[in-house]
Amino acid sequence: MAKKTYIQAITDALDIVLEDDPKTLIFGEDVGKNGGVFRTTQGLQEKYGEDRVFDTPLAESGILGLATGLGLTGWRPIPEIQFMGFSFEAIDQIAGQEARMRFRFDGTKTAPVTIRTPYGGGTHTAEMHADNLENFFTGVPGLRVVMPSNPYDAKGLLISSVENNDPVMFLENLKLYRSMKDDIPDGKYTVPLDKAKVAREGNDITIVAYGAEVNEALKVADSLAEKNISVEVIDLRTVSPIDSETIFKSIEKTHKVVIVQEAQKMAGVGAQVASAIAEDAVLSLDAPIGRVAAPNSVYPFALGEDIWIPRAKEIEEKVNEILNY
Amino acid sequence: MANKPIVDFEAIKNNLSNVSKPIQVLNENAEVTDQDIFDSFSDDDLVEFMKKMVWERALHEQTMNFSRQGRMGFYAPTEGEEASEMGTVLAMKKNDYLLPAYRDVPQLIQHGATITEAYLWSRGHVLGNKFKARSMMPQIIIGAAYDEAAGVGLGIKKNGEKDALAFTYTGDGGTSQGDSYEGMNFAGAFKAPVLFIVQNNGFAISTPRAKQTAAPTLAQKAVASGIPSVQVDGMDILACYAVAKAARDYIVAGNGPVMIETLTYRYGAHSSAGDDPKRYRTKAEEQPWFDKDPLIRLRKILEDKKLWSEDQEDKLVDEYKASFKEAIKEADSAPEDKVSDMLKRTFEIPTPEMKKEIAKFEAKESK
Ligand SMILES: Cc1ncc(C[n+]2csc(CCOP(=O)(O)OP(=O)(O)O)c2C)c(N)n1
Repeated sequence: MAKKTYIQAITDALDIVLEDDPKTLIFGEDVGKNGGVFRTTQGLQEKYGEDRVFDTPLAESGILGLATGLGLTGWRPIPEIQFMGFSFEAIDQIAGQEARMRFRFDGTKTAPVTIRTPYGGGTHTAEMHADNLENFFTGVPGLRVVMPSNPYDAKGLLISSVENNDPVMFLENLKLYRSMKDDIPDGKYTVPLDKAKVAREGNDITIVAYGAEVNEALKVADSLAEKNISVEVIDLRTVSPIDSETIFKSIEKTHKVVIVQEAQKMAGVGAQVASAIAEDAVLSLDAPIGRVAAPNSVYPFALGEDIWIPRAKEIEEKVNEILNY
Repeated sequence: MANKPIVDFEAIKNNLSNVSKPIQVLNENAEVTDQDIFDSFSDDDLVEFMKKMVWERALHEQTMNFSRQGRMGFYAPTEGEEASEMGTVLAMKKNDYLLPAYRDVPQLIQHGATITEAYLWSRGHVLGNKFKARSMMPQIIIGAAYDEAAGVGLGIKKNGEKDALAFTYTGDGGTSQGDSYEGMNFAGAFKAPVLFIVQNNGFAISTPRAKQTAAPTLAQKAVASGIPSVQVDGMDILACYAVAKAARDYIVAGNGPVMIETLTYRYGAHSSAGDDPKRYRTKAEEQPWFDKDPLIRLRKILEDKKLWSEDQEDKLVDEYKASFKEAIKEADSAPEDKVSDMLKRTFEIPTPEMKKEIAKFEAKESK
């Protein structure tokens, strides 16, 4: 057990899957000697060699096509897209090819690819480096989308993703990379895919969140606890599919819900959560579904982020509004 | 300013057109233009090449018939491209991987898929994709196969397979896709064993080759990736085979990828869905290509050698067509697909939501 950052937890997971399965391969732009632009793959090429951890030419469609072909020939690729905004370049290989491989071939050929990529705002990066694009991918049947909110889950979920025989988009929150540390067990452990976590138990209201916003929701829960309001926080962890059972169970108890996402209101997965509740659990509620999201502008330039990304203050306002409905 | 320009761009551009003649062994008058290569083929080889082209032409005719009867789904005609398709695929070995485009179904069958499976693929039945051959299904997204071929090639190399490579196909239009370049560039950078084949049949649906690119040849599009490439007479099966075979030998020796551009022609429509080539080309443009028909020239050689006769060919065509009729009957008896199965084959481990949907559809389907 050691205190580790989100990045260190991910490096840990990659080290374990490389060690465990000689068929795993890490590749992408600058992942080798440089250890990735964030040093997520630091030391891995040294340890496992250039055959297992290697730099590619600079072309996202090529990187993901390489992954498809390697998957077809028995390898377990873990490609990196340097920033999620660059995944537009690879949409066909991800959504058009890998996500439908098992379906096409009735399971006789599959694409066991785990695509790692950083996303998310708040670090004042250049344009196209921070956008929350999860909803591009949650709309793709045959693809899982995983978004860990903390270092412990990041490690366990990444190992589960790599071991999964279907493609996974593994989205790493840029802001969390170095701003958060957890006690991380040494060695291998897994966190299950497709399963949300009750990050904090409570009775008065449920907040459903994912990614960096889970931590904002937890802050709100702390702050409201001082006023004797008990908030339950659900961390989706896998955002496609959504674990609706865990959400329903919570709102049967609290009867109130606020859904929080970092992405613009029209993006993200909040609408999907709201629709699941409206379809199957609306009678558990005694107030409207509350939503907190970024406004529907184009993703702001660096200096606009701080006023644009919803954080604890906006969440607390919305929670109070729904509580007082 | 000096009078002499610092760079003579026009000269550089003209130099791009300074390309060697496409490789040929047998010209359209059935004259041998490369005796050495011609002599390397036995009589049996020549007969085998002819049989394959007759088979592909018969497959095309019968499939068009089925199509007119409403018994096919998507079908991309192959008439005219027999030399290019059969010539290249005959250079493949069983352990090679094939990454075909939608017009490359005959190669997929040669590589191990059954005709029944090909028909089921055309109709859109999942059983059409469960062939045992080392192959992707025919790719619809133009360019995608080139990217994937780089990965397959690298996979083969990493697996330590010495006598194997990836064969992949695209059309003249396909060379305009960024993915085509990315695939060649990746394969070049990784020295991956891949043979990239461009079947230049003159048109991408209705867009002529001349409007596709200002590059004088499509073959030279490989140059920027550091990959050797050549143009081949795509109506000459002997040349197509000889070049593909030479490329394969070169690639499996560990030299990295090769690109071949075959100059061929699609006689009919782009697909059987009803587009009409009369809208974008004239009889006068088509006729010279019909005159170059790959079957005519090899037939003449074989007849001169008394290795072939009209009777023999008619008998073969009848046999082939009978086998296609058998195959479509077999395809007719494929079980209907079920929604519950579609859900089951989406993920190895169905999601909780899917489990509910599966149960719902299974209940419906058992009624
Ligand atoms: C990415 C993509 N864009 C467009 C199409 C539609 N389309 C299908 S075939 C075709 C023309 C392709 O021409 P070419 O590559 O020359 O191959 P050919 O059909 O002549 O064999 C087009 C535009 C497609 N299938 N995929």
